Amino acid sequence: MAGVVRRKNQGSTLKSQRASEESPFAKWILITAALCFVTVFLLLPLMNVFYQAFSKGWQLYRHSMLEEDTIHAIKLTLAITAISVPLNLIFGLAASWAIAKFDFPGKTFLISLIDLPFAVSPVVAGLMFVVLFGRQGYFGEWLDAHDIKIIFAVPGMVLATVFVTFPFVARELIPVMQQTGSEQEQAALTLGASGWKTFWLVTLPSVKWGLIYGVILCNARAMGEFGAVSVVSGHIAGQTDTIPLRVEKLFNGASAASGVAAFAVASLLALLALVTLFLKTFLEWKTDRDFARAQEAGPAVEPPPNESDTVILAKSLQ
Amino acid sequence: MVRRNFNALPGFGLTMGFTLFYLSAIVLFPMGALLLRATGVGWHEFWEVAFAPRAVAAYKLTFAASFVAACINAVFGSILAWVLVRYHFRGKRVIDALVDIPFALPTAVAGLTLANLFNQNGWLWQFFAPFGIKTAYSEIGVVIALTFVSMPFIVRTLQPVIEGLEREVEEAAATLGAGRFRTFIKVVAPTLAPTLVTGFALSFARAVGEYGSVIFISSNMQFKTEITPLVIISMLEQYEYGAAISIAVVLLIISFVMLIVINFLERWASRYQT
Repeated sequence: MAGVVRRKNQGSTLKSQRASEESPFAKWILITAALCFVTVFLLLPLMNVFYQAFSKGWQLYRHSMLEEDTIHAIKLTLAITAISVPLNLIFGLAASWAIAKFDFPGKTFLISLIDLPFAVSPVVAGLMFVVLFGRQGYFGEWLDAHDIKIIFAVPGMVLATVFVTFPFVARELIPVMQQTGSEQEQAALTLGASGWKTFWLVTLPSVKWGLIYGVILCNARAMGEFGAVSVVSGHIAGQTDTIPLRVEKLFNGASAASGVAAFAVASLLALLALVTLFLKTFLEWKTDRDFARAQEAGPAVEPPPNESDTVILAKSLQ
Repeated sequence: MVRRNFNALPGFGLTMGFTLFYLSAIVLFPMGALLLRATGVGWHEFWEVAFAPRAVAAYKLTFAASFVAACINAVFGSILAWVLVRYHFRGKRVIDALVDIPFALPTAVAGLTLANLFNQNGWLWQFFAPFGIKTAYSEIGVVIALTFVSMPFIVRTLQPVIEGLEREVEEAAATLGAGRFRTFIKVVAPTLAPTLVTGFALSFARAVGEYGSVIFISSNMQFKTEITPLVIISMLEQYEYGAAISIAVVLLIISFVMLIVINFLERWASRYQT
């Protein structure tokens, strides 16, 4: 759950302003406190994953990766992500087009509804689908009679993943599309372009970075989701275990080798997190630069939306 | 933003229709089913299972641990946000990027590595051992996991507001003879306070629903170190559907209340910014 592509003050001129600065000692204390906090809570946990994964050598790492159940978990995670992310991408595009380009009553309420999945505990989200499709659920008997399995099977896990990653793309795209306005689209239409053509050639290029940003965050969450998927999975090794569920199973395993294997499998997800962070930082840097360039180019650029950065950020964080 | 006649653009019916359909199918319909099922439990039984001693113990732990975690984040998150905006030091950009780790790192991995660092053979436990404090597999473990997962909220809400602070005001205070500490307490802190409260609420809301990271680092003992989402799962595993659904509805209602509170706080906080 992260924010909109953040825009930092790029060329803020910070002269040495003695009067409004802390004393060097206070500065030193604050920086040390911040660094200690970051080290204990962010840096060490992250590095520890890789340290533990390789603690018994490369051979054991390789061995735990090549286990049949682990390979199946990796494949299943990729498959679930490959279904859920495109679904939420299409939704994000549709929702942001309808919300950003048109005016209608209840818009704020609709945006709040889109945000809902961020507020719901993943376990409760999983339970919702059990209530619908589980054996005791509303459609349980019907599904049983037709021999369709949703809960404790892959379809349920896809649904749970789609639910928890639901807002990501829409959340990133709505502010970006609002910011670009609709003059360019109107011009394209006036010049005779069709609706689809306008969308592909005018709208999509102008929001592409926000789109990629949303997809990256959506992807990271889809691959790493644990709680919601855990409720509907049934934990059948080699069948309904995703990478995070496999990590849990190995962690609960009795042997020391299984402990190392848990970290080996977890290192895949930690790597995913690092790649996500890298891409995210790169995209933020890129949009900052584009924005700065656009501003230099002249006053024709739309000013940022009225809503303050904090409000947008805070909302998207929910 | 200039709003002109938007009706010239096509596709409103299609995109709006799909948005509403998809939203209903994925979010509203399942949520409604859960709430509807809860009404079928019956008021008396609902009360009995949703506030059974085991559930109440779990609520207490969940809220207390989330509150403590949010407090820790309020202190260190504020310092971190301040340091990242105001000071220049080596590696600042890297640290700024690292703040998002809890968003990017799957919760299962977070729980796994924190449990390993804070258990009794763990590297970080050595700092707690002399005081006889048990970190992993205790309530403190729950707090540690929740602090981790909810950490970025306060930093990320505060950062843009600190960036937007007008330094002239602080300079004026200094010129008028106020010391740096007094300026901070009297001038800076009141401006940041509403945003800090919003960040605190976001942080708390995230922690209350957390499941993945906690179950790794907690001993998950009934009445002691068992969080609410875990009670829901154990009820489900024992085929106690009524209890699982009732407790889930309590958690869902709390999430809704938090959502409303956060929306209110945001509006309140944005009034304090120029």
